[in-house]
Parts: sequence; structure tokens; C-alpha cells
Amino acid sequence: MSEIKSSQEALIPPVSRREFIATVGVGVASATVLTTGVMEAEPAAETLAHEPTEGSAHHVPISLWVNGTQYEIGVEPRWTLATVLRRELGMTGTKIVCDRGECGACTVIRNDQLIYSCMTLAVDCDRSRIETIEGVALKEKLHPLQQAFIDNDALQCGYCTPGMVMALKHLLDHQPRPALDDVKEACAGNLCRCGTYPNVFKAALEAAQKMR
Amino acid sequence: MPKKVKTTVEFEGRVSEILVDIPDIETPLWGNDAELDIVGHPIPRVDGDKRVTGAAKYTSDILLPHMLYGRILRSAHPHAVVKSVNSSEAEKLPGVKAVISAFNTDPIRWHGSSSLFDKTARLVGDEVAAVAAVDEETAADALELIKVDYETLPFVTDMEEAMKDTAPKLWPNGNVVGGKPSIYERGSVSKGFAEADLVIEETFRTQTELHTCLETHGSVAFWEGDKLTVWDSTQAVFNVRDALAAALNIPSNHVRVIKQYMGGGFGSKLELGKYTVIAALLARRTNRPVRLMLTREEDQMNTGNRPATLQHVKVGVKKDGTLTAIELKSVNANGAYLGGAGCGAPYREMYLCANVRTEEYAVYVNTGRSRPARAPGHVQGTFGLESMMDVVSRKIGMDPLEFRKKNYATVNQAQTNPKPYSAKLLDQLYEAGAKKIDWWNRDKSRNSGDFHSRKRGVGMASQIWGGGGGPPAYALVKINRDGSVNVLSGTQDLGTGTKTIISQIAAEELGIALADVAVDLGDTETCPFSGSSGGSTTAASVGPAVRTAAADARLQLFEYAALELKVKPEELSSRRGKIFVKSDPQKSLPFKEAARKAGNNMIIGKGFRGPNPDGYSLNTFGAHFAEVEVDMETGRVTVLRHVAAHHSGRPFNPLTMTSQIEGGVIQSMGYALSEQRVIDPASGIPLNMNMENYKPMTALDVPTIEPILLTQVDEHCNTLGGKGIGEPPRIPAAAAIANAVADAIGIRIRELPITPDKVLAALKSSVPSHKV
Repeated sequence: MSEIKSSQEALIPPVSRREFIATVGVGVASATVLTTGVMEAEPAAETLAHEPTEGSAHHVPISLWVNGTQYEIGVEPRWTLATVLRRELGMTGTKIVCDRGECGACTVIRNDQLIYSCMTLAVDCDRSRIETIEGVALKEKLHPLQQAFIDNDALQCGYCTPGMVMALKHLLDHQPRPALDDVKEACAGNLCRCGTYPNVFKAALEAAQKMR
Repeated sequence: MPKKVKTTVEFEGRVSEILVDIPDIETPLWGNDAELDIVGHPIPRVDGDKRVTGAAKYTSDILLPHMLYGRILRSAHPHAVVKSVNSSEAEKLPGVKAVISAFNTDPIRWHGSSSLFDKTARLVGDEVAAVAAVDEETAADALELIKVDYETLPFVTDMEEAMKDTAPKLWPNGNVVGGKPSIYERGSVSKGFAEADLVIEETFRTQTELHTCLETHGSVAFWEGDKLTVWDSTQAVFNVRDALAAALNIPSNHVRVIKQYMGGGFGSKLELGKYTVIAALLARRTNRPVRLMLTREEDQMNTGNRPATLQHVKVGVKKDGTLTAIELKSVNANGAYLGGAGCGAPYREMYLCANVRTEEYAVYVNTGRSRPARAPGHVQGTFGLESMMDVVSRKIGMDPLEFRKKNYATVNQAQTNPKPYSAKLLDQLYEAGAKKIDWWNRDKSRNSGDFHSRKRGVGMASQIWGGGGGPPAYALVKINRDGSVNVLSGTQDLGTGTKTIISQIAAEELGIALADVAVDLGDTETCPFSGSSGGSTTAASVGPAVRTAAADARLQLFEYAALELKVKPEELSSRRGKIFVKSDPQKSLPFKEAARKAGNNMIIGKGFRGPNPDGYSLNTFGAHFAEVEVDMETGRVTVLRHVAAHHSGRPFNPLTMTSQIEGGVIQSMGYALSEQRVIDPASGIPLNMNMENYKPMTALDVPTIEPILLTQVDEHCNTLGGKGIGEPPRIPAAAAIANAVADAIGIRIRELPITPDKVLAALKSSVPSHKV
């Protein structure tokens, strides 16, 4: 956390689009330095694959630490974290389904807490550490939970899957020996229309066992 | 040149005769004794890693440079004339790039005599105008600045009201679709009722179900000059391409439709949507890419539904259980535009009965339009029929399962010349399911609950569906010089596992590892034609085409291997990565080595789906058994166990097939117990256009589901020996649950969903009886 703060102090208020692009580049570079091998920085070119939204006059600068990479970004106060992740940062793994906190498809982890990113304003996440589905795999290797999802066919259309994985990863991070009821409770806020719940339960329990 | 023959194909109950080629290359049936290394094995999805890491790109995830965001302004009234649309304030809003409506675009015909932006709105949610803006938030702001002048008209949202002469008319010819009911009759029901020892009448009702796909309907449209590329969340890329080209009056080869990953379809994404055309129009007007994904509220409101039904059923039966007559009069809520509605098929097909009559009304109402919904018609009809069969069997004092076995049909009686079923093992499914739920000792279950506050019961129901598939469907198999393989087919994977099954079939036929096959689907420009993914037809339609294409490619490669092995190509076979001489398997060449020999002499295998067999009706069957507990104080129904026994011929992949069955049961539980669209009759406004109040099943609602798969090959259906499974598990589940509730409390609930209020009202007003 101290790393984020020290970089945050250097943040400059409202940025033009051109300056913003430059700032993101710097942010990524500094993240690489700060994390020394623990977290991998994304290449700057990828970060900038999507141009930031034009025409918004009221951008507020915030600093997000997403999956180990720092992003300094201007956001409108009304933008949700889900929208910023998907549209501004191009991390589309996080899904928006109900857009009102009913279904859990947008679930991410913020500062070790599970949140619905569609119900969370991005400005409220300033200086937060965010973990999304894109950051769950450990380097190139799938997280045991992700592998268990594949092995147990715990996904059909896959649209609820990122949210399910985040909710259950959070469970396993905090409760290495969950019972079936713990698993059900942990994903009770994640709707799956294909009805793949039984396999999700199996996957979570199998992953827990393998991670011990 | 292949020979053209006529063949019969069925899609969601509609039967048609088409011209088809017979493939030159013969691929003999994979029978029960075929030694298969990959097909029929529980293989994890080949694209699972993309789906669990967030790497899979759905239409909603497409981000293009300078892309704009579209939103649609929808009618606030169930029936109104749109007199004017004033968008000047919206256009002044910074970030808004275009506003379109009926007043500044050329009309595009839609739903027969309607249009893209119709100046008469016929439901709350009809399209009135659309905007493109730099982000979703600005687009939403713009909608609020558009001023629409409506002249409201009288409306009707209840289908029974709509049938009355005094009801407001949606269309000049009245509210009954086609002006008359759709009638089917075989034998004579009056004769059948005269022959009966007992004639029983009942009325059943089902609610409006919403598909509630997690990925809303939507498209991304992008023009390069006169060439349009569209990403669409669709079950039918070629349907969309051709309809979109027609709507825009451009040739089909100027339109490319792509669907890679999609977040659910369930029948609601089988056709071109207005949102796609609107995205294309906005993209053309702004000369920028436009993404238009519907909001959750719009999606629930106006992208289709399983229509509500009213089913009056009259059955004649003899004391020994013989059915003498079945009569159905049904009313089906079609919605404001022609959508297709009816529920009579199970009545006509499921049981042996000489005298059957169905009279079905589809009715226009000022609500969202009906669309196919995972086993359209059959889900509603099977609830009515199978509830009725329970009532009848209890009235004559016969076990419900014995009664169904007594009236077992072995031919498709609904056909003009009834054909035998290609494979009907329903009797075995009955036995297996009954054993698993302990059917013959179900009194134990009934008495095991706390008798005063909680009661338990067991119920069952049967299912028939098509799912045999058929032509046309095409595939290409390309062998690269490193021995890796590309399979191309213009079908779609909705999350059902189509891509995995296609990979399995290609790898099996080529005799190589699954990892060496890459499958590309859902692209009208790169893939040959395949039909829409619906009717549980995809695997059985596309699968044999893929197999033939793989066989074609393999035979081409054998010519290079034959030179190397100094034998004739026809002496060769391939398996597990090796091409070998059949008479001397030691004499072999690695598949990859043969591919290297071929070098850049491109090997392209072409395959297409051959005709369906003459003389058989291709159907799928299942039997469900449910055990429930009813809380007598709250009226809440809990499903404790659900046994789902199915046979669709060879299961191509038992792992994904089991997922289909479990998912079908879980969706049906929502249909049986909690899901329903609610419309305020006074305003015509739908009240629960979200997920919380629509109430699909959650993780906490799911009981133990016990699928049973019979794996016996259907030797007649196609060269793979298997049929579809997507829809069958949705069909009998709700009826089995409803029958279990009646068994538990001795009172029958005749209307879905079986919510606590209905249970409590029934408990208050009825006397329990075992003859319900």
C-alpha cells in the first residue's frame, strides 16, 4: 500500500487527453519498478489499446492499482468501477449484467473485500487495490480454481463465470476448508442463467482440496 | 456431382421438406461397438481457459477505436401514436453524435406491415428513437432530452380480454392471430368421449417467462466504405446477415456477421434484432463504429418471452387406463407482433390415443412479443398434459407411472403417415428414474416430513422433443503443413459446448489429438453456411458435416502418406496421431509427417450434412422425477431431489451433456416456482424488468439433481448416432415438480408458478384428496 501512496502524491490534477496518455505510460513504468518481480506490468501499448472516452469535461484524477499495475486516470464522478475497468482500461473480463447489484457478474475484489463493481463509483476507489478476473491466473498458469472450473464444466455460456471465480477465490483466500454450504453462501449473490451451479460447487470444493 | 434428394427436417416442431445433396464420401455409422477415443468421452470444454480468465470476447466486450455507444428511446405507453419526436435539445448535448427516429430516417419494414421505428407504439418498450454518443452515460442523458408527443390509444394486456369483441384492436383484422384458431384433429374426439368410462376436464395456466440471457441482446456495427461488419450476440449469424442485408438493401456479401462468444440465447437470439439495424444506421450516419447493447430493463421488456397460456383440457379414459380421447383448447399470448405461440404438440404426440383434437388461439396483446424459448410450446403444453395425466390416473385409481406406460406410443401419431420413432427407450428411462427416486416406496417420502408443518411428495412427468437436426449444414477442415488442423463452420456455440463437440468429432475422424484441432465458428465471411443454433439441432446437423469434411481431408492426406509408405491410399487408416496400413499397422507414418510431405499443397476437406433417413421420426425422450417439501405455514415449495433421465442417442460429450441437463432442470425450477413477468393491467407497464424481482434460481435454491444418461446409439438418426439435448431437460421438469406438490399436499395447483401465495390460498379453500 505504501507504494501506491508514494506514487499518488506525485499525481497531477485534471489532465488533458494527451497528458493523460502520457501519465498512464509513466504509471505503468513506475509500477514495474515498484513491484520488483512480484507483479508484472502490462505493456504500455496494451494499456492504451482503447482511447479514453472523449468529450467529458469533468474528469477527476484517480489512481487505481489493478492486478498489480498502477493506472492514473481521469474519470467522471458518475462512472462506475465496472465501466472504468471495461471501457477505459479495456479489461472486459468483468461483466455488466443487471447493472444494479443483483447478479454478481461484475464482482471484483477491492482491498481484499468482495464488491459489485457496477454499484461502486470509480472515484470511491481512488488509491484502491483492485483484483479482477484478468489477474487471477498466476503468471501464465491458471489458478487452481480456474482449472477446477474447466475440469468440472462449471461454466456454460461463461458470462457469470468471472464473477463466480472472484467470489469463490475470495472465499478460498479466507477459508481454505469450506463446506458445501459455505460455497453456496459465497456465490449466492452470483446469478447463472444456464444453471450451472452444481458444477460450480464441485469446482470450488475440488480447488480448495487441491490448494491445501 | 452429388445427387439431389428430398428429405424431411424438423426445427422446433416445424417440419419441412427440402432438397439436399448426398455426400460423396461415406462415413459409416459409429455404432455401439465403435472404438472411439474422443467422441463420447467426458472432455472439458476446449475454450474453457478463455472463459475462466476473462479472455473470451463477447459482443459486449468489443472495443473499437473511436467507437460510439448507442441507446434506444422506447415507448412509455402500451398503445400510442407517436406524433412527433423533437431531438434538438439532445443533439445539442456535448458528446451526442446522432439521433435517429421515424422522422429523419427512411422507413424499414419490420414484422410485416410495421416498421423499424413504427409511428404506432404497441407496447411499453417499442422503439421510438435512438442516439449515438461518446459514452453510455452521455447516451442515457440524451434520451432524457428527447421530447416525444404521444397520442395514447386504448390497450389490452390480458389475452382473454383481448379475445372479446369489445377489446381494443392492435391490428385491423382483430386480435386473434390469423383470425382463427389453429386446429388439428385425428380420429373423432366425440366418439372417443362416448367410448370413455370417465371424462375429465381441467384448466391449466402458465405464466410469461423471460429468457433473461446474462449478455443482453446487442451488436457492434462498423462500416468500411460500403462494407458492414457486425458483431452480434446471436444464435444465427447467417439469419442475421441475410436479414440485415435485406433491411439495408445491400448485397449479402457486403455484410459480415461475427459471433465468437455469447452470454446465453435460449431462443431469443434467433433472428435479426432492431438494435442491430439501429447500430448499423447510427454507424453509417456518424461514420464511426457503434456499440449498442441493450440495458437489462430493455432486454427483459422487449426481446421475447415464453408466452403465457390458458389450457382447457378434456380427456376420456377407460377404467383399465386406456386413453380414448384428448382435447385441448388453448389460448396463447402472442404479444404485439407476430411471434409464434402454441402449446399443443405434446398433446398430439406424447401418448397413444386415436382421437385427439387441439384448437389453439394465438392472441395479440399490448406486451412484448413471444419468441422461441428453450423448447417452445412443449414446456407449457407438457405442464398441462402431464398435470392432466396425473389427475386422470389418480381418478381411475391407477399409478401415474403405470398409466403412462399403458398409453405408450411407438409411432409418431401426429404425422399423416405415422412413422416409428428411430429410437425410443422411454420405458427404460421410466424404470431407471423410478428406481433412483424410489418411486414404488414414495409413501415413505410422503410420511417423512413433519406432518403438520411440512409435507413431502413425489411426482413424475415425461418428455418428447425433436432434436434430430438435418441439412443444410457445411464444414471445412484444413490441414496445415505442421499437421495442425482448422475446422470452420458457420454455426454457433451458445455455451452448450458445440465448439468442443466439433473438435472431438474432427479429431476422432482424423485420428489426431484434440489439442491439434482449432475450431472457428460464427463468422459469415470465413465459415461455410450452417443453420441457426436452436431446436437442439446443432450437434446432429453440424456434427456429421464436420465428420465428412474431416474424412475428405484425411483421404487427401492419405495420398501423400501412401506415396511414402508405398501402398494405395485406400489401404490406410489413421488413429492416435499415426497413419498406418490397415493390414500391417506397424507400417506407419506420423500424421504430422504426412502433413509436412503435403507442404503448402493446401488440404481442404469439404463436408455437408446428408439427408435424414426415410421411414423414421427423429425424436428425443426423457422422464423426470421430483421430490418436494411444502411448508404448510408459509406455502413455500422446496425441491429436495430431482432425477432427470434422458436418451438422445450417443452422448457426444457426457460432461457437457450433464451440464445441459442440470441447467435445464434449474431453469425449469424457476419456471415452476418463482419466475414470472408482471404487468400492471392499469398502465400496461411491466413491473419487474430486472433480475431481483423476476426471480431466477440462485445457488441457494438448487437441490440435488441426479441426471441419468442412457448411452445407446440411435442407429438411424445420422452417422454419429446421437441427437440434441439442449431443450429436452426443460420440458418435463415443471410438471414433475407440480405433480410432486399435488402428491404432498393433496391439492393441485393448476397455475404456474407455484408461489407461496397460491399454495396458501389453495390450502385455505380446498379439501385435500389423493385424487388430485
